[in-house]
Order: sequence, then structure tokens, then C-alpha cells
Amino acid sequence: MTQQTQTLEVNGKSFTLDADPNMPILWALRDILGLTGTKYGCGAGLCGACTVHIDGAPVRGCLTSIKQAAGKSVTTIEGLEADKLKAAWEKHNVPQCGYCQAGQLMSAAALLNTTAKPSEAQIDDAMSGNICRCGTYPRIKAAINTAAENSKVEA
Amino acid sequence: MTTFTAVENISRRNVLKLFGAVGGGLALGASGLAWSPMAIAQGKQAQLNIFIAIGEDNKVYLTCHRSEMGQGIRTGVPQVLADELEAEWDQIVVVQGLADEQYGSQNTDGSRSIRKHYQKMRQMGATARSMLEQAAANQWQVSPADVYAKAGKIHHKTNGKSLSFGELAIAASALTTPALDSVALKPASKFTHIGKSPTIVDMDVMLNGKAEYGFDVKVAGMVHASITRPPVLGSDVATLDDSAARKVAGVLDVIQIPISKGAPLFQPLGGVAVIATNSWSALQGRKALKITWTDSANSQYDSDTDLAALVKRVGESGTVIRQLGESVSDWSDDNSLSAVYTVPYLTHAMMEPPAAAASVTKDGCEIWASTQTPQSTQKNVAGVLGLKDEQVKVNVTLLGGGFGRKSKPDFSAEAAWLSQKIAKPVKLLWSREDEIQNGYYHAISAQHYQAKLDGNKAPTALLARTGFPSISSTFAEGVDMPSAGELDLGFSDMPFNLSQIQLESVKATAHSRIGWMRSVCNIQHGFGVGSFVDELAVNAGKPCISMWRELLGKPRHEKLENQVVKYGNYGETLEDFPIDIGRYLSVIDAVEKAMAKQPKIQANQGWGFAVHRSFVSYVAVATLVEMDGDKLTVLKSIAAIDAGTVVNPDRVHSQTEGAIIFGLSLAMMGEISYKDGKVEQSNFHNYPLLRIGQSPEIETIIVESDAKPAGVGEPGVPPVAPSLTNAIFAASGKRYRDLPLSKVLKM
Repeated sequence: MTQQTQTLEVNGKSFTLDADPNMPILWALRDILGLTGTKYGCGAGLCGACTVHIDGAPVRGCLTSIKQAAGKSVTTIEGLEADKLKAAWEKHNVPQCGYCQAGQLMSAAALLNTTAKPSEAQIDDAMSGNICRCGTYPRIKAAINTAAENSKVEA
Repeated sequence: MTTFTAVENISRRNVLKLFGAVGGGLALGASGLAWSPMAIAQGKQAQLNIFIAIGEDNKVYLTCHRSEMGQGIRTGVPQVLADELEAEWDQIVVVQGLADEQYGSQNTDGSRSIRKHYQKMRQMGATARSMLEQAAANQWQVSPADVYAKAGKIHHKTNGKSLSFGELAIAASALTTPALDSVALKPASKFTHIGKSPTIVDMDVMLNGKAEYGFDVKVAGMVHASITRPPVLGSDVATLDDSAARKVAGVLDVIQIPISKGAPLFQPLGGVAVIATNSWSALQGRKALKITWTDSANSQYDSDTDLAALVKRVGESGTVIRQLGESVSDWSDDNSLSAVYTVPYLTHAMMEPPAAAASVTKDGCEIWASTQTPQSTQKNVAGVLGLKDEQVKVNVTLLGGGFGRKSKPDFSAEAAWLSQKIAKPVKLLWSREDEIQNGYYHAISAQHYQAKLDGNKAPTALLARTGFPSISSTFAEGVDMPSAGELDLGFSDMPFNLSQIQLESVKATAHSRIGWMRSVCNIQHGFGVGSFVDELAVNAGKPCISMWRELLGKPRHEKLENQVVKYGNYGETLEDFPIDIGRYLSVIDAVEKAMAKQPKIQANQGWGFAVHRSFVSYVAVATLVEMDGDKLTVLKSIAAIDAGTVVNPDRVHSQTEGAIIFGLSLAMMGEISYKDGKVEQSNFHNYPLLRIGQSPEIETIIVESDAKPAGVGEPGVPPVAPSLTNAIFAASGKRYRDLPLSKVLKM
């Protein structure tokens, strides 16, 4: 494994980093770029805490290498523009510990981008990869429904 | 409202700016703690007491001395302080307290932040307000009786004059602090913040990725560490080949950590640490380590075998811990009903695994950790490093969940040990595998229940035995019996109105680190008692709720006077927090009423019920399931909680919702098992947690009460598992007495 100069576009800005191209972007974002809003939960694509968008689609940051993300547009929670979704989250006082919430918001925003009024089953499906140990699921559902009602969420 | 997270990097210049004219001396803080957020709030000039400081900018700095892990305490403590203070919510800045004995206990577990601190927080608010009132009275040369506080100002009662808190702060802080109990507290009817549900104070940072958890701490010059710990408790490194690990890009060093001798306590487990320039390199370095381990006394341990032995043991006489009426060893099968229940080892699996940063210098050590217990972190780290307590400064970050795991300060001790060893600041992250395989586990358990029945199949006497390796084994070698404190958790305090009750405990030896997890032994005892009452009801052909009412009897205060060991009552007196049968009945009534409003169910659906008192609160839960062959779907949960006076209803609702999901996770799919002394599970694929599609619709009810505030974080958990298995019985006729259900059902 060798260190190489890599270029990553994150939240609309271009970054040059000196890192192993196989490093998952989860760690590149957190340890190199200082964007710690994207969380580690399992390192194996099982919990969704590290969900980011690549070219608008939700991916697991722990399973996506710098090499795979190079040349594409990465959006993290720090760059997520989803005012109505966030307002719905606030309205329902969704977070408890908050740790998984960045991943939840990234998955929810991606869902609403493709499905303006998701059904219960579509919500369950889109959010099934995001674990919340505190148990905020009922409020996550309520918040997604509220955001959808206040529709045309831009995310 | 603005907030500081615990370790927000506030420059000295900003600190000075915050307080403007208050002056530079302030920035050094009250207790030599430099210019941490706490010190800002405790600067002499504007400090009214250890929890409350007011800036000339009219900001009110309220210190939360308890750890935030999702229960909402960083919102709740300020609500209580602000209420008697008569501060406005939007002028409040929440400051996270460092480890400091001045606050009293900061150990954020046991569902006691509000329960144990409510009165003191109110008094802190009231005495600070009285100082502001006195300062205004002095300025106006009137009696304090002529002024009053409202909405962040002190007003003259008749002449219309007012002064803001900010204008009075410095004069007020120069006054003598009144005795805490010298100021009358207002009646509940005058509450301004208590009983409200504001947006949680950390909402903005949580929505924008700026919330800082232990995992997120950045310390100048720090390196990253990850540790491969012994897979079997008590084993040690036999051989180590780190040559490949040292070649991994980014790896700086490989360090062997000695294992601790004797009881595990909160000591580092030992193992091999990889130090790297970033987290991923540290993890990659660990993969390249070649380690063999020595055998230990636990190397043959097999939890299936152990559970079978435990089941056998609870079928035989044990140590009597409560005896009402005559002694009994057994009743014949034809006039009794008996059952055995088991619960496996469980682990906390909070979304953020343990994490701590440590910086050891010649002067001492600074820790940044997602800890539930800054004070024992301080003592433990001081012990490991050979420092005095006051040389260890502990900053508390937000916690990505706690559930009891983060009230063990072992991970801070590991980080501190490494920082001392390599003379650099170290951030130590536990991986998910580390969390699942090297935890402090909820103990494996078995319980035996037998009831003597009369001619109408009504229970007249109860014999019960419980066995599980004790948490005390983590703190003293050789402990092989449950402690009184553990038996108090839902077992020895069974409140049944029977003339003959005999409760016993049996021996169980620990083979791993046993710890406390959300609601602790109430998990197994709530499951055992809650299941057995339903079995008695089914046997008698009655609804479960009717059997509960029969067994509880008339409203009264159950005294438990017939106990061998004094009942601990969660650290409260029975005068302040009686075992109140009336409150059991009121949560039962509330759930029954909500169930009556539910639509009719289908043939393959069923409701289950259970009620439990723990942490001096009362929670009843009804669960609706659907069974399609061996496929389980949980459709609906209804919970009613009586937690006495409630500070923040929304956070009581959210904690109760979370408790239901926590309880369902453990009942449906939670299991840690051991083969050859090693934990078999490693990540969320084989230690799964409930996902959104498996989560039921949830309705929570707060039963109004003017009793003293009781516990909230934990009491919702115990009745969930039995309400679920009782529901499955109602839907399918199949009784499940061994958790988790995933062993036999699909979900």
C-alpha cells in the first residue's frame, strides 16, 4: 500500500490529500479533512452511520474507498442542504443521542430526492440500512412524512 | 439558544469577548481549570454558584454536570435551574461540567439525574435568583420584598423599574451565597420551564454534523490508537509478530499493553495497541498483527453448557433472600404451576463504541471522553498513571449512546496509559468488533418460578429462584452469588399480595466481565415475573391484567418487611418512594384504556401485557403481534409510565419509545454467546438490533403525578420482553421462555 496524492470533491470543494487510495472515505473525511459529522458505527456497511451521498446517491462511507470516490461529487452532513427535512426533524424532536442521525438524514434526503411522497414501505426500505440504538424510528418516520407533506424538499 | 459542546475550541480571545468588561481574571476560571467552558461559567465575577453564572451580555450560563447520551439531560438540567432562576430560555447557554466533586455525583447511570438532583437544581436556581433580587434591592435601596424576578429581569413591584440579570450579575456575585434551603421554592402551578418540552439544546449541531462525540475529538499533535485485546478474559499475549503491522502505511508504533491482575475492575484488558497517523491505518495495522494468546481459566468456557447448568441449579434449593410464611422446597405438580425462563448475555451496542483521547504531560493528564462518569474516569486514570486526582482533567463530550457501557472508565484508562507510554496525545477508538467482543456484559441468567394454586387455579403462594453471574465479580475475585443490590432489581421486591412468598438466589460463576446494562437485572426479572403472571392467568382462564390486579391486591404501600436483606429501593427511602400498589394500578388502567380504543384484532394476532416497577417508576406495556407461521411481526406497543413529576414530557416520551425498541431488540434478537472462552458475535450481522421496518407503531402515555421525580431512562425496558412473549402466546398458543426469539422465530 502506498501513499498517493488523491483529489476528492466534498461539499462542492476540491481537496487534495496524501493518502492510501484504498482508505475508505469515512476515515479520509474524518481524520484528514476534519469532517467528523460522518460517523463510524460498524466499518462493515451494516449500520448506515457513515452514509454520504456520491453524485446524489446514498453510499456507505466505510465501504467506499478514496479511489472509488475520486472524480465524483461527495456530499456529507456538513454540506447537506435539506432545510425542510431538518425542520421536520426539529419539529418531531427526533434525535436522542444524535450519533446515527447524520446517516439517517442522508438516507432520508436521498429517499425524498427520488420519491417525493414515499409510502410506509418505501420509507422502511430506504431507511432499513440505518440502525438507531436509541430507538428514534417512529419519529424518523413521522419526520419524513412531515417533510414530504411540506414537499419539494431540496436536498 | 446557543450551546457549547463539551470540548468546543474556544479561543482565549473569544472567552474574553464573551464577558466583555468582566475582565481577564475570569478566563483563568475558578478552580485552576484554565478557560474551559466550565471555567467560563464559573468565573468569579459573574458566578452565582457552581451551576449558574451570568455574563454582562445577559447570557445565563447553566452548567450541566451530567452526561448527555440521548436522554435529554443537557436540556432537562437547564430547565430545572432556569425555572427557579426565572431566566428566559433563549438567554441560556449550556455549559458541560468537567469532572468535579463540587457537583456531587456525576455518574450518569441508574436513571437518577433528575431523581437525585432535582431538588438541588431548584435550590441552586432559587438562591441565585435571590442574590439577583438582593442586588437589585440594594441598587434601588429598597427591601428585597419589594422586588421580584421574571423573564430574565428583576422588577420593582410598584414603580415599574427593572434591571436585567446581566446588569445585576457582578453585584449579585459579590453577595454572600444564601444557604441552599433558605429560599422558598415555588409551587408547581408557577413553573415556567419544568413540564415544558423545548427543542433539545443540541438539535442544531446534531442536524449539521457539528456535534462532538468522543470519536470526534481532535487534540493538537494527537496520534490514533486501536487495540487488539485478549479474546478470552485473563489470557495474555504469548507471542507477537508485528513486523507486517509496522509496514502498514501510516502505522507509527506497536505497543504491548500488560494485562491487569486480579478482578477486572476498570483496568485496561491488555493486548496489543497499534499507533498510527489515522484511524484506518491503526485498524489495518491490527489486521497485520500475528498474535498467539496464553490460556486462561476461562479458555474452556461455553455459555450453552453454563446455561444448562444454571437451569438445573435454579431447579434446586438456593439461598433464601426473602421469606414470608412457612418455608417450602416444592409443591406437587397437581396443585401448582412452574416455569423456567432464561436470558442470554447481552451487550450495549451503543452506536458510538467507546472512545477517549488522552494527553499526558509532565503536569498531569487531560482526557476527552464520551463518558457517563467523569469522576470515576478521573480517579481511574489517576490510578493507572500514578497521579493525584486533581492532576487529571476530564472533559465530557456528547455520548453516542451509553446504556451503562460508558459508565465504565476502562477506555479512558487505556488511552491515558498509551499517551503516557508514547509521550504524545492519543485518541483511542474501539471498533464495533471490540465493543461486542470485549465488553462488560449483561449477565446470562435462569429463573425458576412455582406458584401454589387453590381449587380455582388462583395462586396462593410463590417460590422463585434466580441465578446469574454477579456484577460484583468484576470488582472482587471469587464472587459467585448475586449481590443484594442485584436481587433488589425486580426480584426481591415482587409486590404480590400473597401470604407465602419464598425467594432464593443460586450460585453462578463469572467467565467474562459482567456489567450493568440499561435496567440491569430488571431485564431478566421483569421477563421472568411478567411471563409467569401471564402463565398463571392463562392457566386460570383469565386476562393477564386481571391476574396482575389479583396478585397486586388493594392499593397500599408494600413494605417488604419480611426480607432477609434490607431492600435498597434504588438508593431511596421507602418513605420518599414507597412501593405504591396504587401507582401500579394506575399505569395498568392507563394501558387498558388505550387498548380499548384499538381496532379489533385478527385470529393470528394477539395482545400481551406486563407491568414493572424499577428505578422507583412504574411502567405498563401492552404489545400487539401478528404471527404468520413462525414469522413474528410486532404491530403496536402501548406504554404508560408514572415517573412522578416530569421535567420534560417530550424526553420522557422519547425515552419510553426508545426503551420499547431496546426491549424488543433484546427479546427478539439479542444474544452474546461464548465458545472456548471467546464471544462468538462480532458485529451487527450477528448481534443485530431492531431496524426501522421491524419497529412497531408506539404510543406512550405519561400518567400525571405530583410525586417526587423518579427514573426515566431505564424503567421502560423491563416490561417489554414479557409483553412480547405473552402477545406471541395470545396469537399462536406458543410459549417462549428462552430469549432471544430469533433462535426459533423469523422476524
